[in-house]
Parts: sequence; structure tokens; C-alpha cells
Amino acid sequence: MEGIMATHANEDSLLQEAAPASDGKSDKKTVTMPIGVPGYTLHDEQREVPTAEPPVWPINKELKYVGKPLERLDGLAKVTGRARYTADVQLPGMLYAKFVNASVPHAKVVSIDTSAAESHPGVRGVHVIESVMGGAVLRDPSLEKTKYPVVRYAGQPVAAVAATTPYAAEEAAALVKVQYENIPFVVDLDKARAANAPLVFPGAADQAGTAGGGGGPHNVPQTGNVHGPSIKRVADVEQGFRDAEVVVEARYVTQVQTHSALETHGVVADWKPEMLTVWASTQGTASVREELAGFFNIPMSQVRVITEYMGGGFGAKFGAGNPGVVAAALSKKTGVPVRLMLDRREEHLSVGNRPSSDQMLRIGAKKDGIISAIHLVSYGTAGCGTGAGCAGPATNLYKYASLQTEENDVFTNAGPGAAMRAPGHPQGAFALEQTIDELAVKLNMDPIDLRDKIDEHPVRRVERQVVRESALWKSRNATAGADRGPVKRGVGLAQSVWYRFVTMESAAEVRVHKDGSIEVLSAVQDIGSGIRTVMAQILAEQFGVTPDKITVRVGDTNYPVGPNSGGSVTTLSLTPAVRDAAWQASQKFLEEVAPALGATAGDLELVDGEVRSKSGKMQPVSFKRAAGKMKTDQITAQCKRVPDYDKSKYLTYGGIDVAEVEVDTELGRVHVKRVLSVHDCGRPMNPAQVISQINGGIIQGISFTLFENRLLDPDYGLMVNPNLEQYKIAGSRETPDIQVQLVEAYIGQSSTDASGIGEAAGVVSIGAAIGNAVYNAIGVRVRQTPMTPAVVLSALNQPAQGRNLA
Amino acid sequence: MSDPTRPHPHPEEDQAEKQTAGATGISRRGFLKGAGITAAGTALLDGVQAFSREASGASDAGVTVLGPGPVPVRLRINGKEQTLQIEPRTTLADALRIQLGMTGTKVVCDRGACSGCTVWLDKMPVNSCMTLAVDAMGHEVITIEGLSAEGALHPLQTAFVKHDAMQCGFCTPGMVMSCAALLEKNPHPTEQDVRHAIAGNLCRCGTYPKIFAATVEAAANVRRA
Repeated sequence: MEGIMATHANEDSLLQEAAPASDGKSDKKTVTMPIGVPGYTLHDEQREVPTAEPPVWPINKELKYVGKPLERLDGLAKVTGRARYTADVQLPGMLYAKFVNASVPHAKVVSIDTSAAESHPGVRGVHVIESVMGGAVLRDPSLEKTKYPVVRYAGQPVAAVAATTPYAAEEAAALVKVQYENIPFVVDLDKARAANAPLVFPGAADQAGTAGGGGGPHNVPQTGNVHGPSIKRVADVEQGFRDAEVVVEARYVTQVQTHSALETHGVVADWKPEMLTVWASTQGTASVREELAGFFNIPMSQVRVITEYMGGGFGAKFGAGNPGVVAAALSKKTGVPVRLMLDRREEHLSVGNRPSSDQMLRIGAKKDGIISAIHLVSYGTAGCGTGAGCAGPATNLYKYASLQTEENDVFTNAGPGAAMRAPGHPQGAFALEQTIDELAVKLNMDPIDLRDKIDEHPVRRVERQVVRESALWKSRNATAGADRGPVKRGVGLAQSVWYRFVTMESAAEVRVHKDGSIEVLSAVQDIGSGIRTVMAQILAEQFGVTPDKITVRVGDTNYPVGPNSGGSVTTLSLTPAVRDAAWQASQKFLEEVAPALGATAGDLELVDGEVRSKSGKMQPVSFKRAAGKMKTDQITAQCKRVPDYDKSKYLTYGGIDVAEVEVDTELGRVHVKRVLSVHDCGRPMNPAQVISQINGGIIQGISFTLFENRLLDPDYGLMVNPNLEQYKIAGSRETPDIQVQLVEAYIGQSSTDASGIGEAAGVVSIGAAIGNAVYNAIGVRVRQTPMTPAVVLSALNQPAQGRNLA
Repeated sequence: MSDPTRPHPHPEEDQAEKQTAGATGISRRGFLKGAGITAAGTALLDGVQAFSREASGASDAGVTVLGPGPVPVRLRINGKEQTLQIEPRTTLADALRIQLGMTGTKVVCDRGACSGCTVWLDKMPVNSCMTLAVDAMGHEVITIEGLSAEGALHPLQTAFVKHDAMQCGFCTPGMVMSCAALLEKNPHPTEQDVRHAIAGNLCRCGTYPKIFAATVEAAANVRRA
């Protein structure tokens, strides 16, 4: 998958690869599948599916292991400290590498003197970077002919050293002398848009996306630092506004957020002539292998990437990146393994961020709420990269008669952005969902009634019903700013949208051994969302054994290819392949043991750790004993993802967040007290893990809305808070009471009918829900994040100037 | 302030510092002085000197200079005596992770802002990235690997698994150590107590709600046991 874009136009082409050429209609069968939300809209629908597909699963209630909140398979390893992350890998003779980073935001590198570093007693290797990864690249590379890559942000890696201890590496890195020829720079979005602004690139430049999305459009104009607009039009928006009876319009601004995964980016690379082995903290073992093989021009078969455990990514960890290629180069040079883990400062500066946004959003509607026009003009900076588009929610949440979106990236001398949990969507929804609320106020309509009118998504319709009946929503005072006293309470809601992306490069192998043990293998990595556990649940369901009996091997490119975990693709892409392989292996198993058991395979089933006869002709035999009758030592089946059964249907997911806030009108503090999060996640494979992800999305979203802010000094171009105490992240005391309500929604698309949750999980909509709750509390819109006390007080002091920012 | 031959400008601070040190065994100033030069003055540092005199001679001013090369450091970790040959600037976190291969303790911010590296010194949770290994001498160090007796799990560990109080798991060892320390001091914690105890522990995946639930439940199980 090239990338995840924010609009329907791009989405369709990315959703899935074409189905493999069909040999004829005969390899299809018609099945009946459960569709809809149990308790609300559940019904049966027919689907044409490949003949080899396993029997249709009923809804979760009727399954034994799938859909149950089973304990995380690797929970014990994590709570005891046994789980080995990339940062923990130690190999004999391993060296510690450290980057030398640019100390200035924009410069040509005149010279790099490594002699002092080389003579440091602990140093074993030095590497000067001649090709830097990340960020946009010039369409016409001849515009910039330099020996070393031009420095476009402070913190860009320039060179690296490898030494016997981390301390020695740090000392040696400080001894590398880099001579810069400074170029004027700009780090502020507004200044970068100005006509006479210093140019980040001498010409037009574009950035590719990653497996996790991000990147930006390529075929757009560029004027100065402004890369865009990328325009999308549906009907005539001017006519739409002429048809409107009510118009709401406002400017919304969101800040740059850094991913701040706890385990930093990094690898341990071990270059041997016959094989490059790399332990990587990544969301995509496949993406790391591909990039390393490409960069060094070596066969993919001779690159092995291992990710046993990884400490968070949130969209920024795809590909080998600078740490990967530099560590591999240093290992090749020194002949021993090299570890290169970024430090916390580098993690903030050089490996991605959620781009900022500055949006003008205008919505026209009829008096009954029907939207006649949506017009969004957005600017945002992904530093020296692109990917600040945020039109997804405006384009995909509601029905409208006309739409025009104009997305612009603005280059600044800052680290390149990267996909971050629902790229563009928290920003876009912050503006859209507050504007829709404002429209409801103007139309004197209830915010849920208005959404019922303009939102056709069948699952969000159910979710709104759940919200409407909730105690939290019922406690909302319909009159904004009604509380007396300085601390005012408010309740608000907002909706989200995310898309169904399927990665066809998803495969798994199932092995049944003669001793009755079962294992499943896939290169997929468990980034904390719990695919390891879900795989065991699927095998348990298929073989009728408890999940702890299943050995799950993931995070190694030696296993069948697995999806890169970005865009909520992992569970919905991989689990059908896992189930299909489990089904086929179980059928082969029954066929092999049936004769020895005096039965026919068709009469046998696997239930509760036993092989049983459906007709009762045979006494039940334990699975282990039956396995002893296998004619071979090992039965295997490998399956790759089958395309979605009906690609015309159910392409988006949605959720609703309701936030209760307290706003201290004297101090300007916003405190989120309670959150109700109602979410569509298809068939939840493991509800406990799904709820964990939604909790996380909510907390990350609160953190984005109220606290986090990457601050760059305009005079020096340096980040002033590249740590975890001045870069504020919500912690235990900022965590509200969160109630998650999962809405099971069956869509009949695969043998597991699983969906994803990572992006839709709260993070898209909670910011706008807080914004709407703040308005409900104080009667004033706060249109800027983070909503710090200064921003809130400023908004309170200028209530009449709705369009002006604090 | 790093020059011990000059009179201390703030005797009252010194007094307060000593009281803190008396209560906890570790002083902030002790840490700062330990960064390169370890000076005599506290019982703890005397211990360091006694052990490392063989590596470094005492200077005329009564100050022992350790390093910069490796010195022998004897630590008691999870009930076991360990002698390491490390540079005096080595943090306890690095000594555990790199020298001893005990990688359960994680380093996240490397400056005391996230508590990912939490271990116990005499049952008090400390940031091991902000503690020099030499300053841990004479103290009982407990790490995530040593929290539970051989083969058994601490009730908190069981509760974390049961409540799914983890996602990526990178903050989990630090969270477990902070919450277990809370239970040592307060067998009846409320959710508010847990929030307070882990206010310095950062989790980026957002597992806090389940950590609160797991810890409150584990406390009940500890009381019953």
C-alpha cells in the first residue's frame, strides 16, 4: 500500500489490489453471512466467496475464543521484564553508534572532519551520511549539487560513530567537526507562507508516503514554500453557498505533535557477507527489509528483520530510515553488530510528527440542516516534508450537495512529518465537528438530530442512539454557559471516520506437529495492539483447543509475509489468512487421522481439545492422541489474504466520543472529567485489547488537544522542549473516567470479518468533542489547540470576535 | 558548590538536604557531586571510597577522585552481590542493562521525566537513569526481574495481565515497580492514590485506566494473601 490519503478519490485505488484472475465462476460459492449490529440491525446477506473459504463464523456470542476478552498472550513477558525489545538486544562484540546531528536549521555542509573522533580510543567506525532519508526531495535534483545533503532542520543526522560503549560513542560524536555555510531559514508557518520568505527548497519538492500513510500529493503546484493547493471538487461549491440559508465559517489552528513512542527509533544491525540481520523497532518488518535491500542493493532474501517486541510507533516507524541504513553501513564497515537507538531529543526532532494545520472552514446549509456546501482551505507544515492535508473528515463524514477542499503543505526548516494515528483526521475533525455543532446552534437544532439528518453511516446511526440514551449525554445542559460560578461544566460530542484498507501482502502458516502442538507463523509485528493474542484465539477456535496451547511466532521476515501495521490494517488484513490456513490445516489433519480413528474426515470435528464424531459413531479422542496418528511429522498450510468478499460495501468506520469537561474561567484550565466512547470495530476479535486501544486513542487525543506542543525558537530554529518534561503529555492525573462501548458491526467481508480500530479509536474525534464541551460549558468557542489556559482565557476575553484566534 | 574546600553558602539547605538524605539514603546533591567527582561527606559516599580506594588514591584536599576509568563497584541486586568494573559515571540503569544484561528496566527519556527506568533502592522507587551505580552501593536494589520470588508472580503482575494493563509494554516494568512500591507503603490504595503514585510514569499507549483497576485489585489480593 503506497499510502493512506484523506479523500475518497485516493482511497478507492488504495483499498485493495485487484482480485487475482479468476479461473472461472465455478471456484465461487454462495454463503449467508451475518450483517449489521446485533440488537439493532442484524440480518443475513448473501456473499459470493471463493470455494476454498472456511465456513462462515456466526456472531461473537456464539464463538468460544474469538470475540472474548482473553488475556494477552505476551502479558507475562511484559510484566516481568522478559519481553525483549530492540533496545534490549545485545550481541557479542556489539558496538554502540551515535549520530552527529546538525546544530543549525538550514545550511550547506562545507566539510566534515572526523579525525579527532577516529582517534578516540573507543571508536571502531565512523560514517559520513551522503544520502539522507526522510523529508521531501527536489523534483529536479540538479538544482542542488552538494557533496553532502543540505541540512534542512536542526537535528538532521550528518554523520555517525560506532564505539565500544555508549558513553564513548557520545564523546566521539561530539568530536566530529562539521563546518556549515548557513542559509536563511524559517520555522514559522505564517512567515514561511510570506512572499519573501527564505526558501526551504530551491525548487518544487515532493515526499513519498510510507506504509503508514503520510506523504502528500505530487502533482501540485509549488509557490515559494507553499506546496499546493491539492484541490478536490464535488459539484459547484459557489452554487452550493448561493443555495444555503445558513452559513457558518471559522478558522481553526492545530499545533505540531510528536509521536513520542517510549521506545525510540533504532536498530541493531549485524552485517554478514551472506546475510544482513536487523533487529528493528518498527511497525513493518516487511518495510524495513524492503528499504534495506533497496538501499544496499542486496537481495531481499539476504535481509532478515526481527521485531519480537516494539515499544510504540503510532505511525512513525516504517522503513529502515536513517538509523537503519547507518547502523547497517557501520556494521558492514566494522564487521561486528552495531546498535543505533536514537535518544529522546533525536526522537522529537528527526523521525516524524503530526503536521500542524491552519484551516478556514465554511459550511452552508438549508434551514432543515441539509448541507449545500463545504469549503475547506487548509495550510499546515510537515517541516521539510509534506502530508499536512486534513480534508478527510470534511470529505467523508457527511453528505453534501457540493464540496471544495484546497490543501496546502508549507515547508519549514523543521523535521519531516510522518503518518501519525489517523493522519490529518484529528486536525480535520477538530474543525469540522465544531463547525457542525456551530451549525446546530445556529439552526437551533439538537447536535444529534442534526447529525441524524446529514450522516447516513449505518453504524454511526446506531452509535448516536447509544449516545442519546446515555446518562452522560442526558446530563448535558442544552444551554451553553449555563453554569453559575467560575468553574463551568460542559458536555459535547463529535464523530469520527476512518477507512477500510486491506493489505493483500498478509500471509500466515499453520503447523500441526505429531505431538499435538500447534504453531502459527507470520512476519507481522505486534506493536502492542495484540495481534499475537488474536492469532492464538483464531487457531484455538479452529482447532478446539485453548489459546495457551498455541505457539505464535511473529515479527520475523523469515516467516510468511505480514502486513505493515499502519492505518488500522493489521487485524483485518491478516486474520483471514490466519483463519484460512488454520482451517486448511485442520481439514488436512482430520483427513490424515480419520482412517486410523476408523472414521471419515467429514464426520469429524475439533471441539474442546478432542476429535469428535458428529454422528456419534466414534468415541471422542483427545487432540493430542489423534495427532499421534498423523502419517507425517508435520502438517502445514499457508494462506495469503483473499480479497474482501464485496468490495462495493462498507468502506468506512466511525465512532462517537462524548466528553464532559470542567472549565475554570478564572484560571483558564480545561479538565476532562469523563469520556464516553462509542466505537465501531467490526467484529471485535478481543474486546479487552480493543478497549485498551480506544482508551489510548482517547488519552492521546486529550493530550493533543490540551497539552502537547512542539515549540521551535524562531530566532535559532531549534526545538526548545525536546524532552518529556517540557513537551507535556497527558499522564495518570489527566486521564478521565473513560467508558468505552463497543458496537459490534458485521460486514461480511472475510473469513473472520474483522476490522481495525487503531485510527478510529477516539483520537480523531475527542479533540472536537472537547471543543464542543468547552463551548457548552462557557458559551465561547476555542478554536485552537493546545487549549492551554492562556488560549482559553484569551478566547473568553474576546467572545465577540469569533473568527479571531487567541 | 562542587568545591568542598569552600564554605557552603547555604547551611540551612545543607541541613535540609541531610535530613532528606537521612530519610531516603540518597541526596540530590550527592547525585550531582557524584557526576564525575565523588566527595566525602555522607555515609553512603564513605562506603564508595572504602571500596574503591584501591582504584584511586585520596587527594590532599580529602577528596577521592574516582575514574574516569573503570572502578570496581559492588552492588546488591535482587538479593545477589554483584561486582562490576564500571566507569564511575555509569548510571544504575546502564549498569543493569548493559553490564548485567538485565534489560527489564527500560530507559525512555534518560533524564528522570518518565519513570520508565524505575527500580527500588531499599524499597523506595527511584529513577535508575538519574542514579549513578556507585550511589547504589550499600543499598538493596530491586529490579523488575527481582520483584517476585523465584517462579512466583507478584500479585500486581497477575493483575496487570488480567486487566490488560499494557499495550506495547515498554512502560510496563516501570509502572509495575511504581505501583508495587505504592502497595508496600499503602495496602489500601484508592484510585486517586494510584494516580498520584504513577503521576511521574509516562505511558504513550494510554493504559492508565486499566493500571488503576489492576493496582486497586492487586492491593485487595495482597491483603488477603
